[in-house]
Amino acid sequence: MKSTVMNTIKSKAIWFVLAFLFIGFTIANPRFISTKNLFTIARQVSMYGIAAVGMTFVILIAGIDLSAGSVITLVNIVCAYLMVKAGFGMATAVILSVLMATLIGVLNGFFVSTIGIPAIIATFASQIIFEGAAYLISGGIPIYGFDERFKVIGQGFIGPVPVPVIIMIICFGIGSFILNKSYFGRNFYAVGGNEEAAKLSGIQVGRIKYMIYSLSGFFAGLAGIVMLSRTNSAQPTAGSGYEFDVITCVVLGGVSVAGGHGFMSNVVAGVMIIGCLTNGMILMNVSSYTQMIVKGLVLLFAVGFDCLQKRKSHY
Amino acid sequence: MNEEYVLQLQHIRKEYPGVIALKDVSIEVKPGEILGLIGENGAGKSTLIKCCSGAVIPTSGKILVNGKEFTSMTPQLAAENGIAIIYQEFNNVKGLSAAENLFLGNPIRNGIIVDQKAMEKKAKEVFAQLNININPKTLVGDLTVGYQQMVEIAKAIKQDAKVLIMDEPSAPLTSAEVESMFKICRLLQSKGVSIIYISHRLEEIFELTSRIVILRDGDYITTLETDKSNVNELIRHMVGRDLTESFPPRKDCIEKDHVILELRNLTGNGDQNIDLKLRKGEILGLGGLVGAGRTELAQMIFGCAAVESGKILFHGKEILPKTPREAIDLGIALVPEDRKRHGALLEMCVKNNINMPIYPRISKFSVIDSKTEKKTAEKYKDDLRIKTPTLDQQVKNLSGGNQQKVILGKWLAANSELIIFDEPTRGIDVGAKFEIYKLMNDLVESGKTILLISSELEELMGMSDRIVVLSQGKITGELQKEEFAQDAIMKLAFSVKEEVE
Repeated sequence: MKSTVMNTIKSKAIWFVLAFLFIGFTIANPRFISTKNLFTIARQVSMYGIAAVGMTFVILIAGIDLSAGSVITLVNIVCAYLMVKAGFGMATAVILSVLMATLIGVLNGFFVSTIGIPAIIATFASQIIFEGAAYLISGGIPIYGFDERFKVIGQGFIGPVPVPVIIMIICFGIGSFILNKSYFGRNFYAVGGNEEAAKLSGIQVGRIKYMIYSLSGFFAGLAGIVMLSRTNSAQPTAGSGYEFDVITCVVLGGVSVAGGHGFMSNVVAGVMIIGCLTNGMILMNVSSYTQMIVKGLVLLFAVGFDCLQKRKSHY
Repeated sequence: MNEEYVLQLQHIRKEYPGVIALKDVSIEVKPGEILGLIGENGAGKSTLIKCCSGAVIPTSGKILVNGKEFTSMTPQLAAENGIAIIYQEFNNVKGLSAAENLFLGNPIRNGIIVDQKAMEKKAKEVFAQLNININPKTLVGDLTVGYQQMVEIAKAIKQDAKVLIMDEPSAPLTSAEVESMFKICRLLQSKGVSIIYISHRLEEIFELTSRIVILRDGDYITTLETDKSNVNELIRHMVGRDLTESFPPRKDCIEKDHVILELRNLTGNGDQNIDLKLRKGEILGLGGLVGAGRTELAQMIFGCAAVESGKILFHGKEILPKTPREAIDLGIALVPEDRKRHGALLEMCVKNNINMPIYPRISKFSVIDSKTEKKTAEKYKDDLRIKTPTLDQQVKNLSGGNQQKVILGKWLAANSELIIFDEPTRGIDVGAKFEIYKLMNDLVESGKTILLISSELEELMGMSDRIVVLSQGKITGELQKEEFAQDAIMKLAFSVKEEVE
């Protein structure tokens, strides 16, 4: 029974890390804990969080989606282009651009599943392709001048709670539902755990992969919309490097890069840690170059921890 | 201290979450003796030897090497104290020579340059000591499995092993290779090296060992003097009961006029022109050598390999499953040969494994009905007598026999009518084998049909109603029950049917 308690503590360890960070940054700078700052963190975090839902699925089947950042950028540009230059309505533009993001996911699924290109290469290629597409469409120049109402998605409040935070919570809810309550979740774990055995148990592995990469595209697309609304202008570099933070969030949340293991709830903690870390470092006047080093180290730490854990369980 | 023993394990206990792998096991090894260690799968043999090598740290107990006391080992300490283990999977590098493998990790060096000549010379000496005829320059990958194992043994001896632990060393070997391995074992014994010999093959245990330690369910049962014991006594201690017959009887339940599966001229996946009829309630054995095309045939029927020409008829209707999913939905199931890689989802729990093929069916709008999920798992756990502490236990923590039962439970839950068993009892111990056989009987008696692929002739003859033998992708003959004989099967297995085109 003691071991069960230990296992519970271990599986929640990430939350202790979060609490530790919170206390640390508050001591370093009391402004960290102010309501205004906490909401800033929550809003900043929301875009990572939304994209992390899809990335969690991908990593759960031992895949990777390096195109997430480019998808975010492209959604920014395309949605802005549709609204400002093509004269589409706000809702139509949002739906079309998220649809486009999902289709990029389908395309990734095609290359990974049907053609059989390793995920890291297939999504790396689409990262480059769609980053290029974003430059091409925008001509390298930011697009702005949206309807005032568009701001609500990224900057609005319902009561005291920022709208993007609500969107993130809903996304996590959907993600957690898919993973725990629907049979798709079981299939994800099965494919991640042992693809061959999953196939022989009747799981249509190909379809699952299509589904997962599409979901990753979809959630990245949503994150792109939130970002566009928050910045109120579409930058051709908007999402550049975002995939790195999103992957770090997911891995920090204990989703095993080897596939088959992980919980959506812990990814929430992973997302919050990255948010606190970024925000806390800014408050402490840590230079952005140093921040890069710290984030890289955090990624190493998270994956290293996972690997050590694996090695222990061998004994 | 007592110098009578080179290695003593005292009151070793090892607990895993929810499972006690070893309860208070004590054994002693005398210098220069070959000690047999036997027990069913899951009896704790592997855990025990891993305690000796340092791969597993015992929860409590002591390990004494030459009277020196250790509470736990590390791989380093074990090597320093002369304990060497030869695992079933060899630790060799196939692209390096025999000599280089012998010195893997600490090559003879001349400054920073590896002294190839000296290593080859030393390797020659070690091989000569063991009467092994290997050219030290040969790449290990080019050696037969038997010789690869000898290189492993030589490596252990080179490190001055006093106790050599061998885990199922004969499993991958041909009988001639087993003979030469025995010779080496005896040679080592004469030089004062002690050997702990683990094997499922009882005749080897009797031929080689002087004493036999028997474990069951993590308990130490007894130690027997080999020459005062016999096979029946061993089995009785291993399974805790007498095995009066190895194959349980069953009622004749074949419905002669009801053909479930018919293959007409089926060609593909290396098989040619396969004609086969399988009737309801029948167990049809598929005999032949490894690589004869039996697994390949099963793959075509189960939708994981393409059919080139010919027909598969199921219930008289032509089918062509393109994925396992389609085959499963038709009522066809496959219990694959490689349980761990293809059969069970080891990381997932018993409940998930059993429900895996039926999740779409027990879900409403993709939401799993968790009550049905639990009830189904519970039912097959009871029906198949799956031994697991809870339904949430990861399948990797179960014994081989119980893993096989979980896979079977999955197919029963999926309501399969035709179940293809590919080597169903490979690596499963005597007691669990008997249980699997009983379950197969229950299945056909309840109206299911079985296609049994097995390389164990006794199993094939004991379980099948009819045997069809394949050789090089073609059917070479069919035997009725009264014609069953080992030599008849082997004759067909080695023959190639000449066909006039």
